[in-house]
Amino acid sequence: MTQETVSAVSPATTQENAVEPFEPDITAFTCIYCGFMSADTAGALHFSYPANVKLLKLPCTGKVDVEYILKAFENGADGVYVVACPLGNCHHLEGNVRATKRVAYAKKLLDEIGLGGERVEIFYMSGGQGGAFAEAARTMTERIRKMGPNPLRKILNRC
Amino acid sequence: MIVAEQKSLDEIKTMLAPYQKVLIVGCGTCVTVCFAGGEKEVAILASALRMATGLEGNPKQIMEATVQRQCEYEYNEAIADKLKEVDVVLSLACGIGVQTMNEQFPEMLTLPGLNTTFLGQPTEQGVWVERCQACGNCVLATTGGICPIARCSKSLLNGPCGGSQGGKCEIDPDVPCAWQQIYDRMKALGRLEALLEVAEAKDWRTSRDGGPRKIVREDLRLEK
Repeated sequence: MTQETVSAVSPATTQENAVEPFEPDITAFTCIYCGFMSADTAGALHFSYPANVKLLKLPCTGKVDVEYILKAFENGADGVYVVACPLGNCHHLEGNVRATKRVAYAKKLLDEIGLGGERVEIFYMSGGQGGAFAEAARTMTERIRKMGPNPLRKILNRC
Repeated sequence: MIVAEQKSLDEIKTMLAPYQKVLIVGCGTCVTVCFAGGEKEVAILASALRMATGLEGNPKQIMEATVQRQCEYEYNEAIADKLKEVDVVLSLACGIGVQTMNEQFPEMLTLPGLNTTFLGQPTEQGVWVERCQACGNCVLATTGGICPIARCSKSLLNGPCGGSQGGKCEIDPDVPCAWQQIYDRMKALGRLEALLEVAEAKDWRTSRDGGPRKIVREDLRLEK
C-alpha cells in the first residue's frame, strides 16, 4: 500500500487536520509479511487510520535496527513504531523477538538523549488484522500528539 | 579479542563539552566484532549525540569515520585529512587505538568513547566472557586448556579453594569455578594424575608486575 492509498482511505484525517494544530509525522517499520499485510488489509477493508503514518517495508522486523530508529528521529519523525508478526509467528522464526529487544534498547537511548522513549513502540498483529493496524496507528498518533512535536525539527532544521 | 563497552552518553557528553566539531572514529576489528565501536556503533552514537546536544541547545557538528584497525598507523592515515576539520576526536576503539591516535596525531586530542574491558570470547550472541589476562607465561598446557589466571577469581595455580561450591565460585553463583572445570576436563582427558603435580609460584614479571611490556623481533624489524 502506498502513502497515497493510505491517504485515500483516511478522509476523516483531512478534517482532523483542519482543527488539530499538530499532526504528528510518524514512521512505521513493517515486515513484508504480517506487518505490511495488515496495512493492506486495513486499506482493503476501508478501515480509517491517520494518514500521517509513513510505512517502511523491511524484509522482516529482525532487520529493524536501532540506527534506523534514531535516524528517523534525527530526520524529524515525531514518533516511530514497528509492526511485527505476532510473537511465535515470525516468518523468520525470531525476527520479531529481536525487534522487540532493539525497540527496548532504542527506548532507553531516547530517554538518555532526552527525546523520550515513549516515542517508539512495537505492535504485533497478523496479516488479517487490518483493524489492529488502524488501531496501532491511532494509538501512536494520539500518544505523540500528547507528547508534542519532535523538538529537533526546529533545532536541526528538519522538515 | 579485545572486548569493550561504550561509556555512558552522559560521560561522553561531559568529555565533549568544550568542543564543537567532533570526529567519531570507530575501529573495524575487535570492537566491531563485540558491537562496541564499529561503523554501526559510530553511526548510532553520532546520531544520539547530534540529537542530545541539539536538545540541550548547543548542537555539535558530529562527523563519522571508521578505520580498519586503529592500533596501526597505516590505517589511521586514511582519516588524517578529516582531522583538520574538527576540534577533537572521540575514538570508539580500545585503549590501544586511542593511544595510537594520540601518538600519531599529537596536535589533535583523541578521547576514549569506550571502556576497554577484557580479553575474551563471545560464548553466545551478545555475551562475552574473560578468557585471558595476557600474563605472558601461558599455563594452559597444564590445566586442560582452561586458564586459571583469567577464570579463577583468585588466579590460583593449585585450586580449587574452599570457596568452590557445587561447581560455582563463592563470589557469584553464576560464575563457574575454573578449577572445577579444570578438574572435569582433566578427568575427561584421562590426565587427572597431572593435577597431583604442585605448580610452583608463578613468575609474574612476565605479567604487569614487570612493568609495561615490549616485544622486539629483530628478524622482522626494517631498521638496520
